[in-house]
Amino acid sequence: MNTATETHHNVSEPERWLSVVAGSAIAAYGLTRRSLSGLVLASLGGALVWRGASGHCAFYEAMGVSTRGETEDDGRAVSVPYGRGIRVEKSVTIDAKPEQLYIFWHDFTNLPRFMDHLESVEMTGGGRSHWKTKGPAGTKAEWDAEIINDVPFELIGWRSVEGSQVDNAGSVHFTPAAGGRGTTVRVLLRYDPPAGLFGAAVARVFGEDPELQVQEDLRRLKQILETGETPTIEGQPTGRKA
Amino acid sequence: MKAVCWWGKGQVRVVDVPDPKILNPRDAIVRVTLTAICGSDLHLYDGYVPTMMKGDILGHEFMGEVVEVGSEVKNLRAGDRVIVPFPIACGRCFFCKEKMWAACDNTNPNAWMVEALMGFSGAGMYGYSHMYGGYAGGQAQYVRVPFADVNPAKIPNGIPDEKALFLTDILPTGYMAAENCGIQPGDTVAVWGCGPVGLFSILSAWMLGAARVIAIDRVPERLRLAQRDGRTEIVNYEEAGDVFAALKELTGGRGPDRCIDAVGMEGHGHTADAVLDRVKQAMKLTFDRAHSLRQAIHCCRKGGTVSIPGVYAGFIDKVPFGTAFGKGLTLKMGQTHVHNYTRMLLEKIESGVLDPSYIITHRVSLDEAPEMYETFRNKEDECIKVVMKPAG
Repeated sequence: MNTATETHHNVSEPERWLSVVAGSAIAAYGLTRRSLSGLVLASLGGALVWRGASGHCAFYEAMGVSTRGETEDDGRAVSVPYGRGIRVEKSVTIDAKPEQLYIFWHDFTNLPRFMDHLESVEMTGGGRSHWKTKGPAGTKAEWDAEIINDVPFELIGWRSVEGSQVDNAGSVHFTPAAGGRGTTVRVLLRYDPPAGLFGAAVARVFGEDPELQVQEDLRRLKQILETGETPTIEGQPTGRKA
Repeated sequence: MKAVCWWGKGQVRVVDVPDPKILNPRDAIVRVTLTAICGSDLHLYDGYVPTMMKGDILGHEFMGEVVEVGSEVKNLRAGDRVIVPFPIACGRCFFCKEKMWAACDNTNPNAWMVEALMGFSGAGMYGYSHMYGGYAGGQAQYVRVPFADVNPAKIPNGIPDEKALFLTDILPTGYMAAENCGIQPGDTVAVWGCGPVGLFSILSAWMLGAARVIAIDRVPERLRLAQRDGRTEIVNYEEAGDVFAALKELTGGRGPDRCIDAVGMEGHGHTADAVLDRVKQAMKLTFDRAHSLRQAIHCCRKGGTVSIPGVYAGFIDKVPFGTAFGKGLTLKMGQTHVHNYTRMLLEKIESGVLDPSYIITHRVSLDEAPEMYETFRNKEDECIKVVMKPAG
């Protein structure tokens, strides 16, 4: 998983310095007390110093918070940066080869075939694409995205370009399943709905339950690639009157 | 066209609905020539299965003539006579490739509903609630058959509908139940429940080499069929009282080697929210309804097998698991992988070794469905199996 090291840096630079200074002061004061409560203060101070020095805060991590801005991302090799917003990770195992899945996904115009909230994706050249979501007038969103990580047959990472309506990023990883039983497709998606009413509308487009949405998107991907179609009952007869 | 629609608890109506259309490239449309009411349809009728909607077309046991095929269906053509297995398989996922058709990954468009409660979903089914896909069923003049390139089996013209129809569900279900027993030469097989599945389990147990078959029920006409056509010894549990003692006596103190629970219980799985209430409802039921399973576990000989074709739902209370462990029992169960048995059973029917039509007690038209559901549910009029001719 390429985000593993990322989780260690979730505290911003100024906050790191503050942690070191405040932590040292608290630790020093605690040590001078020569009591049990002093020892507790000293360890708290020590922890703050460590937090400042390492740039990693376990509490922030547990809360899914980072005060470290995305601009500090090194090399932009990570497509789903650690941080705020809505973050979903889902997997599915598909009876196909990684190459096949990679090629299918790499053509982003295929994405609306299984991603329910997308109206269309156009490839606009140079690894860039233009995305449009479904929805009634006023709730549609559009943005341009660029591929930022591309390892043939293994992974594709993308993110919206600067100044997009909806800041979002995603990556997909293709790993051969154990025993040659297909390929595990793991998707990580993150988006920050913009503030205000428009943001709420966009959030609705992405679904009330993003986890379920991504799970169902991946199910459709599996259905298309394994069976050649999406099973449906839309349009079958019922005794219910229209 | 005419279709039998679910209209609420205890209510079934024959309604004029639009004809089905091809919706996907692997679809076919079949003109139904014969269809049956299954015991498991009664779970729907009695309102135990959530996610049924007023107007849903019922029926998962049906056969007929292909009238139209989608662009990807190359192995069927208009005019072919087919039976259609009740679980809809895609034929291409891991489970289908392993011949576990009823566990298909891809055919239930509402799999998330089942997953919410059970973790995983099996195949979609015809006319069996929206949690199992919401596919319109075959108690109708026409039916849409998805994945028609892998599911239907062609039936030679020489075999009448009544002999072929039960290949869709109850005949292979009875067979798989007996197969799951792993019958060894000399084995005594005890079968709880002499409805259609129990009766076919009995026939199959003989085919698979059982030395003795004992049938347990309380309905006289069912026991009569088991005895007459199934050549079983019988235990009427209302008369015998203590079934354990009766079976122990009949088997010289050892207990039956293989036990088949062809009773099951009401209810059939559940979904997301409305669901937990349903589960509680089902749990209330289980106090009596899991009785046959508890008894089978209790009666089975040491090292024996308990095979469960009867449908169970969410949670069962007071299963004597210590008994099962203490005796080292094998438990086998699950929805039937119908497709695995069609050819073999069809050959037996064709050669005259097997004629499953003997269980049919009622032959009616589709219009009579509402009263037939009631008759079947109440086990009135010695009703064991109802078949309906949509054309007639």
